[in-house]
Amino acid sequence: MANNDLNGTEPLVAGTGIGVRHGNQTILHDVDISVHRSEIVTLIGPNGSGKTTLVRSLLGLQKPKFGSVSSPKHVRIGYSPQSLAIDRTLPLSVRRFLEMAGIRSTEKLCEILDKVGAPNLLDHEMRLLSGGEQKRVMLARALLREPDLLVLDEPTANIDVHGRTGFYELIAAIRDERECGILLVSHDLHLVMSSTDRVICLNGHVCCSGKPDIVSQDPAYLELFGEVTPAVTLYTHQHNHNHA
Amino acid sequence: MPEFIIYALVAGIGLATVMGAIGVFVVWRRMAYFGDTLAHSALLGVAVGFIIGININVGIIAVCLIIAIGMVYLRSQRHLAEDTLLGILAHSSLALGLAAISLFSALRVDLMSYLFGDILAVTPEDIAWVYGGGIITLGVLAWLWKDLISITVHEDLARTDGVNIFRTQLVFMTLFALVIAMAMKIIGILLVTALLIIPAAAARRFARTPEQMAVFAAIAGSIAVAIGLQGSLLWDLPTGPAIVIAAALLYAASLAFPMQQNSR
Repeated sequence: MANNDLNGTEPLVAGTGIGVRHGNQTILHDVDISVHRSEIVTLIGPNGSGKTTLVRSLLGLQKPKFGSVSSPKHVRIGYSPQSLAIDRTLPLSVRRFLEMAGIRSTEKLCEILDKVGAPNLLDHEMRLLSGGEQKRVMLARALLREPDLLVLDEPTANIDVHGRTGFYELIAAIRDERECGILLVSHDLHLVMSSTDRVICLNGHVCCSGKPDIVSQDPAYLELFGEVTPAVTLYTHQHNHNHA
Repeated sequence: MPEFIIYALVAGIGLATVMGAIGVFVVWRRMAYFGDTLAHSALLGVAVGFIIGININVGIIAVCLIIAIGMVYLRSQRHLAEDTLLGILAHSSLALGLAAISLFSALRVDLMSYLFGDILAVTPEDIAWVYGGGIITLGVLAWLWKDLISITVHEDLARTDGVNIFRTQLVFMTLFALVIAMAMKIIGILLVTALLIIPAAAARRFARTPEQMAVFAAIAGSIAVAIGLQGSLLWDLPTGPAIVIAAALLYAASLAFPMQQNSR
């Protein structure tokens, strides 16, 4: 499964001592994070814990006040933001949205939509998609960039609980197939725990990090997410069964 | 047809075409109030142009750009809500413009013609401005079109795709300022925003792609100019308002048609 022995290789992206402030409010301080090839790193944390801010800093979308972000120049990034707010007046088909990633071949676009579980949506209107369909289309667009690093901000937010398990399996399969690094922001604690290599528990700073089964017993984790029943938290996902 | 009507029609249609193409972005990006603010500040540009003795179109473009950049800066400071900020800039720059014009009473400025436009007084020189500026605007828009659509859909996504956001925004602001300078004498400061957004809104129901919507907006604007001119001649209405009324009627009529869209 996970290919964890990549400690000697250069990270796809690394942040050191990242600190972000809005006015007098400290959003993030002293955050260290790195994502390597073939690794799924999951950021979890309560609302307002700075997850999206950290992701935006790593992507170079905002400059952190303290610390530094480094990423080798050749690293291609596929990004799926938390939400799209396409104005209702903008007529935009899924095809057109996907084409913005630079690929126009109908065959390729259909193939990628099939892969993310959103077949036959190519000629649909973006603003009429359901939340879950939109998330899948956003993943497809990120994949079309043939990324070395895939950054997904709450990719399952609008997908039903049943679909989420499949979605995380899909993400793990993408990692296995393309050997890209994946940075995931998620609220699905128990589901994420099972298909991730490393968990970073964030609340303004890194509360704890490491392998999922270790983090899930860390006092700092339990303090933040203590209400989650241990039985669910410790569930380890198996890939060798099917959901038929 | 008298010459001044032909001039008015030629200038108006050229202007409406360019305003349709810019106007769709104003609608998609919810910049209507921003456009209003730039238009209001244009009067200050007229005053500045007169006072320092440069072409007033250049004065208008310069002042609009300064206001646009100031707006982007103030917004990044997050002291006030965006609409409050725009209100402050719009009204204070309009007041400054009015004050400057009245202070320099030597300026023989026909204020009403700047506020409401005077399309029937269009000269061949104005037509040259509209078409020269219009061709530049449409050319640059075509060059930046993909990037502008990409930013409109999602700014962060566009940036990770490698779009130069700052440059694209700055060029768009410049085009916007240029269009306001072109529109001012014809449609007037107070009605500029109307001709940007109403034809675009009327085009929405018929468009399946962003490009279609821009083309339909340009056509709707041109029809509004033609009808407005005709109405103004028939019933002796002020021309600027007549054109806006025609555009509004076109929008109302568009509501009778079903929404054209891709599946679902």
